Amino acid sequence: MKRPRIPPSALVGLIITGVYFLAAIFAGWIAPYGFADVVGDVWAPSSAQFLLGTDSIGRDLLSRMIYGGQTTIAIATAATVLSFATGSILGFLAAVVGGWVDQLLSRFVDLMMSIPILIFALVILSVMPVTIVTLIIVMGLLDSTRVFRLARGVAVDITVMDYVEAARLRGEGRLWIIFREVLPNALSPLVSEMGMRFIFQVLLLSTLSFLGLGVQPPLSDWGGIVKENKDGIVYGVTAALYPAIAIATLAISVNLVADWVLTRTTSLKGGRGG
Amino acid sequence: MADHILDIRNLKIEATVHPPDGDSFDVTIVDGISLTLGKGRVLGLIGESGAGKSTIGLSAMGYGRGGVRITGGEVFLNGRDILKGGVKRLRRLRGREVSYVAQSAAAAFNPAHRLMDQVVEATLRHGVADRREAEQRAIGFFRKLGLPDPENFGRRFPHQVSGGQLQRAMTAMALCSEPDLIVFDEPTTALDVTTQIDVLAAIKDAIADTGVAALYITHDLAVVAQVSDEIMVLRHGKMVEHGETRQIIEAPREDYTKALVSVRSIEHEEKAPSTRPILAVERVTAAYGGTVKVLQDVSVEIHPGQTLAVVGESGSGKSTLARVVTGLLPPMEGKITFDGRSLTPKLKDRSKDDLRELQMIYQMADVAMNPRQTVRTIIGRPLEFYFGMRGAEREKRVKELLDEIEMGTGFIDRYPAELSGGQKQRVCIARALAAKPKLIICDEVTSALDPLVAEGILKLLLRLQKEEQVAYLFITHDLATVKAIADSIAVMYRGNVVRYGPKSKVLTPPFDDYTDLLLSSVPEMHVGWLEQAIRHRRMESAGN
Repeated sequence: MKRPRIPPSALVGLIITGVYFLAAIFAGWIAPYGFADVVGDVWAPSSAQFLLGTDSIGRDLLSRMIYGGQTTIAIATAATVLSFATGSILGFLAAVVGGWVDQLLSRFVDLMMSIPILIFALVILSVMPVTIVTLIIVMGLLDSTRVFRLARGVAVDITVMDYVEAARLRGEGRLWIIFREVLPNALSPLVSEMGMRFIFQVLLLSTLSFLGLGVQPPLSDWGGIVKENKDGIVYGVTAALYPAIAIATLAISVNLVADWVLTRTTSLKGGRGG
Repeated sequence: MADHILDIRNLKIEATVHPPDGDSFDVTIVDGISLTLGKGRVLGLIGESGAGKSTIGLSAMGYGRGGVRITGGEVFLNGRDILKGGVKRLRRLRGREVSYVAQSAAAAFNPAHRLMDQVVEATLRHGVADRREAEQRAIGFFRKLGLPDPENFGRRFPHQVSGGQLQRAMTAMALCSEPDLIVFDEPTTALDVTTQIDVLAAIKDAIADTGVAALYITHDLAVVAQVSDEIMVLRHGKMVEHGETRQIIEAPREDYTKALVSVRSIEHEEKAPSTRPILAVERVTAAYGGTVKVLQDVSVEIHPGQTLAVVGESGSGKSTLARVVTGLLPPMEGKITFDGRSLTPKLKDRSKDDLRELQMIYQMADVAMNPRQTVRTIIGRPLEFYFGMRGAEREKRVKELLDEIEMGTGFIDRYPAELSGGQKQRVCIARALAAKPKLIICDEVTSALDPLVAEGILKLLLRLQKEEQVAYLFITHDLATVKAIADSIAVMYRGNVVRYGPKSKVLTPPFDDYTDLLLSSVPEMHVGWLEQAIRHRRMESAGN
């Protein structure tokens, strides 16, 4: 059977997101130079040899961008997966079990959310060794509070449905209720939220790297490349703009896709994701 | 033409459907409907859900709900074709020449504004009167519609008045700008019968006094018979029959109309109680959160293979009784005995057999089934859970159950969204039956269904009761259903059982006050019932 047509905005989003992800996956094949190889002059303008020119110490900017995209996307994806796994399972548990379990988890999350994520992350990362693994864990766990809120909210809406009550009356255990009654019905709002959280992770990682507490040199992500080349702006060198544009376009295009997923899944169900 | 307020000619309305997997296609919602309405006339539009009656009503205001297109025909209001001329012209006549009374007044009023501001809004907006005059007029309508303290009623917020009062306030809002036509879209459907009768009488009087023309949309033929001059019966967007009210009710020509008029033809012989009840509720008192008692000292019994109908208005505690029996709400006091053994108050302490033998069917079948499970899983899960059935054995039993509910095995792979309302309720019945229960609690199981479909469900339930010897605790506000299927009846009012006994006894005078009020409020399918009922009521209250 044919799927309904994809609206143009979502198509644009899909294409740009696809290009970035493919470039990230096949970075090793498509990047013309190594990410740390000094191959030219400092801040050379774009030419046939260096499509986007070179960076502050003479590395090929296009190659840096492609590898940087790989780092950015990989870390953001891993952090998103971690935040969803933790946040949604705990959120469902709070909603289904209720009572003091719900109170304990929800108040703890309130506490965490009262501290801005960026400041929280900066504090933790300034006392811990900054490796990619700690970055992923810190970013993932901090953001899981947001996922917890959403997952709990969606699940609370579902647990009051008669079919969940019917399962309870049948005598079903919690695992059946969480995984067979709640989860399948909570998937569509969670999936579209996943796009939003991914964007947030990209922005958070870029900010952290820009501030120097994210990905450490010689490895670099897009935020790091902005940082390395920001001084060039004063001299009219555009090198810092490319990674900035990449961050913005990735954020917008993932957003367009997530929007489409949300409207599609909700319109099937009479206006509500559930 | 000039003497017609509304003249709809050959109206055709279409919408595009976007199925989850597959191509979009167009469906015709209204097909070739023509009608005319003169000054002071009331036309009842009647039909099942999906018959297109609301869509026709809204088209009289030049409005199509989301995704709906008026693709053919003309709608003349006061002699002008309102489908031509664009939004600006429509805006001038909506609320001025034609106004609308929606089914759910609670959802139609803005909770943040006082009633008066909303009632006079259209009148002021169209410059029909200045504020003082409009408010005076609104107060006049409040009085005419029998609202309490009409002078100050408008100062209240929507949540401060009852549902019936809100519905009357909405009628006042529609009347206030002195329109030529009012579209009533199921104005009493969401109300209790005892409230419905007041609102109906108020609407009828107001129409007669103001001489406004009206389209009255409802699925309840007995209601429309009370207020309309003529009736148009619709089905699948087409007209079935159109005639004077008396002719439609007393001498319908078409088979479909005859079926609608003769609905509730079920005959049920009352059974004598046995010596040992299957369920005995003794002096149960229950409350939510502790303070406000929702059930007080309730005692009822159900005998094996029989039906106890619990009737009452919303808020009478009948659904709470079901929650107490199922263990969802442990009672504060009292005892529940099931099949000779005492039931523990809390659900989680109950044995698997207790859970299995006591099943429940819900009012809204669409939310009682997980939308992501197929019929196979929905009916098969209790088999697996209680009897450990798997594979071919389970499959065979699911198919047997599908046969038992008269649906056939072709439905086994369907999702709930792919079933009609009646089919959904049947699957829920099959799910309950799968557990081989001794008692099924039926909570308003036919309230959300069209009359003919509901009739089918009731017949099925009665047949299954005969075959499986299952008892029903049947919760409903619909007395016609009660008369059709009950062996004994408990009438509930504000948490108390005010009348209880075998059906024949409960439905025979002398009545207590509340039962009398309840019984006399159920619309009967003959012209002039409303006046009789109101007269009966006045006599009763004069006698007290």
